[in-house]
Amino acid sequence: MKRGISLYFHYISVIIRSTMQYKMSFLLSIIGQFLISFNVFLGIYFMFIRFNEVKGYTYSEVLLCFSIMLMEFSLAECFARGFDGFSSIVRNGEFDRIMVRPRSPILQVLGSRFELSRIGRMLQAVVMFVYGITASGITWTLSRVITVVFMLIGGTMLFTGIFMIYAALCFFTLEGLEFMNVFTDGAREYGKYPFDVYGKNILRLCTFVVPYTLVQYYPLQYLLGRTESPYYIIYPLGTVFFLAVCYGVWRYGLRHYKSNGS
Amino acid sequence: MKKYISFFGLRLNMGLQYRVAAAAGIVTQFVWGFMECFVFRAFYETNPAAFPMEFKAMVSYIWLQQAFLAFFATWMMDNDIFDSILSGNIAYELCRPVSIYNMWFAKNAATRISRALLRCMPILIVAFILPEPFKMTLPKNILTFIVFMFTLALGLGVTIAFCMLVYIISFFTVSPQGVRIFFTSLVEFFCGAIVPIPFLPKPLKSIVELLPFAGMQNVPLRIYGGDIYGEELTRAVLLQTVWFVLLVLIGRGLCKIAEKKIVVQGG
Repeated sequence: MKRGISLYFHYISVIIRSTMQYKMSFLLSIIGQFLISFNVFLGIYFMFIRFNEVKGYTYSEVLLCFSIMLMEFSLAECFARGFDGFSSIVRNGEFDRIMVRPRSPILQVLGSRFELSRIGRMLQAVVMFVYGITASGITWTLSRVITVVFMLIGGTMLFTGIFMIYAALCFFTLEGLEFMNVFTDGAREYGKYPFDVYGKNILRLCTFVVPYTLVQYYPLQYLLGRTESPYYIIYPLGTVFFLAVCYGVWRYGLRHYKSNGS
Repeated sequence: MKKYISFFGLRLNMGLQYRVAAAAGIVTQFVWGFMECFVFRAFYETNPAAFPMEFKAMVSYIWLQQAFLAFFATWMMDNDIFDSILSGNIAYELCRPVSIYNMWFAKNAATRISRALLRCMPILIVAFILPEPFKMTLPKNILTFIVFMFTLALGLGVTIAFCMLVYIISFFTVSPQGVRIFFTSLVEFFCGAIVPIPFLPKPLKSIVELLPFAGMQNVPLRIYGGDIYGEELTRAVLLQTVWFVLLVLIGRGLCKIAEKKIVVQGG
């Protein structure tokens, strides 16, 4: 395990060194990534200048929701976006080489890609997170702080799981499926508003199909003081079951992997 | 002229082959469209008085936006062009007796039109048969429709002319990544893809409406829903035309300079 982790960091350092060869492009990409997620913030900001509230949520409440969701996604992306390039790893036969090495395939896939430009999004997430937390006007009791920490852990597990399923499907399709973006980028984009804003049906979908609400809507109710029930604090950790299912799918795909490429 | 038309034809035909990719894209766009509808419904229900356009017009705006995404998405650029600049293959293109600007313009137009052709019909058909609040409506009269079609084409022209600037700038910067992501994120906001321009506060709105980016999706989609009409319509179309001509002229000028100073990469 320890050697595995040091190997992972070695992979990352190799990628960092190679990216740093193109310094200007690196800098502009970070700024660009920053601007892209900043646009989402501007969207919220200008809508609230006009409307003041939506479905009973005020600007600072939505901001808190948006910033936590963005942070969850960025954390998962930081570690697990390596799965994104998995379709090409399978297609060109690179995965055969991974299989014969005496280390976990997941570790090697994750180490295969680490986009530094994502630092832009991470930076944005941190700025938003700090802003969202301070502007929320919530009195931060210990239980609320724990809720936020659990949300971050749960959200990271949830998105990691989705990235993993995305990769696992490549075992069968050999190609990345574009509509999976709905579950990653789409969820990040539309997770800016609490899911009940979109109506009852979406709330149900986001609970029972992919449990986004466990790391967004439900614990948020507790943070905003709309419920006192302590169960809402531990809801985010429920995503561990989702991650387990995703891991199961990955294992299933791995066992059915047929070599491909030359 | 003939050679550019054949470039256009070739590309169009090529683009029309990617039907499975289009089907996957349509699914994604439906989800996006529905979520947008839900968001704006939530705001509308919270405070209908603050809603700057008719809800029906908004719904049409959203569905047209999804149907013609390929027309107006500035982030959908031609990777072949960037690759050829980066790898040095551009040298072959420069040897040919064609204008780089016209050729790229024709190819880009073909790619965008072929993508939109494959995607717009299923989306529009479903949007027209959806239940009430999310149902797309027909424009008020035939004249509105004709003006819509005209400005749609012009909007496509403005979008391509702008993308051309990004291609040409990457002659100077070599690695396109940064320039590209920087410009597209800027345009995203100013063209009304994040928040439609009518939703912006007054002073900002009147400035943004003067920029070339307003002539991309903003003008045609709002004309369709009847949100721009009368005197405002004439002004908007005029402004759109002026920007189109200006962007093309700037692009051609820059292209000339770039061709003179070009350093071919690779070996």
